[in-house]
Amino acid sequence: MTPVPMTLVTIIAEHVLREPLTADLRRLGARGYSIGEVEGEGTRGLHTQDWQGKNLRIETVVPAEVAAAILAHLAARYFDDYAMIAYTSTVAVLRSGKFA
Amino acid sequence: MTTLDLLQANLLSPIALAFALGLLARVVRSEFSLPKDVYLGLSIFLLWALGLQGGVELRHASLQVIAGPALATVGLGVLTPITAYLVVRRLGRFSTADSAAIAAHYGSVSAVTFIAATGFVKAQGQEAEGFMPTLLTLLESPGIAVALALGAYHAREGERPVREVMHEVLTGRTMVLLLGGLVVGFLIGDQHWTTIEPFYDTTGAVFRGVLCLFMLEMGVTAGARLGDLRKVGGFLLGFGMLMPLAHGTLGAWIGHVAGLSVGGATVLGTMAASASYIAAPPAVRLTLPDANPTYYLTAALVITFPFNLLIGIPVYFRVATWLGGTP
Repeated sequence: MTPVPMTLVTIIAEHVLREPLTADLRRLGARGYSIGEVEGEGTRGLHTQDWQGKNLRIETVVPAEVAAAILAHLAARYFDDYAMIAYTSTVAVLRSGKFA
Repeated sequence: MTTLDLLQANLLSPIALAFALGLLARVVRSEFSLPKDVYLGLSIFLLWALGLQGGVELRHASLQVIAGPALATVGLGVLTPITAYLVVRRLGRFSTADSAAIAAHYGSVSAVTFIAATGFVKAQGQEAEGFMPTLLTLLESPGIAVALALGAYHAREGERPVREVMHEVLTGRTMVLLLGGLVVGFLIGDQHWTTIEPFYDTTGAVFRGVLCLFMLEMGVTAGARLGDLRKVGGFLLGFGMLMPLAHGTLGAWIGHVAGLSVGGATVLGTMAASASYIAAPPAVRLTLPDANPTYYLTAALVITFPFNLLIGIPVYFRVATWLGGTP
């Protein structure tokens, strides 16, 4: 099997956004995702989440065009008001059919 | 007992001192804090026990007795977010979003403050009505709904609809445990209750002990935000203490008129005075994202919560005893 390039989108966001974000990912074409709780500090200082729970790190492996759609959506919908960062990296996967 | 004696007795209660220790630990930068999951587990136990016992007691109350206080509670739930909103918006000149966000917290209720109040009146030899947890459940969501409605016209396109957020409020852990506990407690009745009572009795050793642990972590959390007091400014500092006094006095009076005992009126007053910090913050964060969390979290958690715990409850008790005609 030859690895196929795909885009890994990583989102670090406030805990409170768990439901809206995962719904958005599904809607925009992600076939799956993983969520972990992470700790850290950012530029905003105080967040709701250090009271309600840790930060979330959401990862999803998608085709490049889906990744672009996800980033555009995050920027338009969340970046102004919420503590969130998102970045992509290129990864190589086997069974590329699982992701597209 | 003079008001000063009341205050002193209250300050030296285990929960007040546990809170103070947690706060101090944070101030001296101790690494101590409860693991998040333990803290979450403790809050689940407290809410669940509260609901269960309320349900058992609800069985003993007749509809006539509970109808008046229930109506009074819903009335308070609608009124307090509006007064809080108007004060913050008009007097404090905060933005619509910030005002609505703060109003949602002050319109809803803090279960831990409620527990502290029931413990306090009991220590004074009074007893609040057994159905008070029912009223607590009633007061949980109207305030949030009203405040979010106040802020709704302000919401921009693409925000999450209020309907979705209300679903979250109504299915959040507070509501599920309190309301679910009430139903389960009501159904199991006295016979089954006696088998689990030592564990869940809200006046018992287990419950009070867990509450102490919980208060340690509340102290740590409040301590972590002490620095934010400087950011919120003098207005919110005053608001965080004067608004509870006004709402608490009103609540005690309405409770008295609705037929509650001195203990019950004290607890209802405390409920009206308290500000939510479990159910309200996530609902507000999602519906009013441009409201500044520093304002509403600091006011509810760092100012109003300790204020009620240390000073407010004895004051509402004084008001209720005065209204009730007993010295």
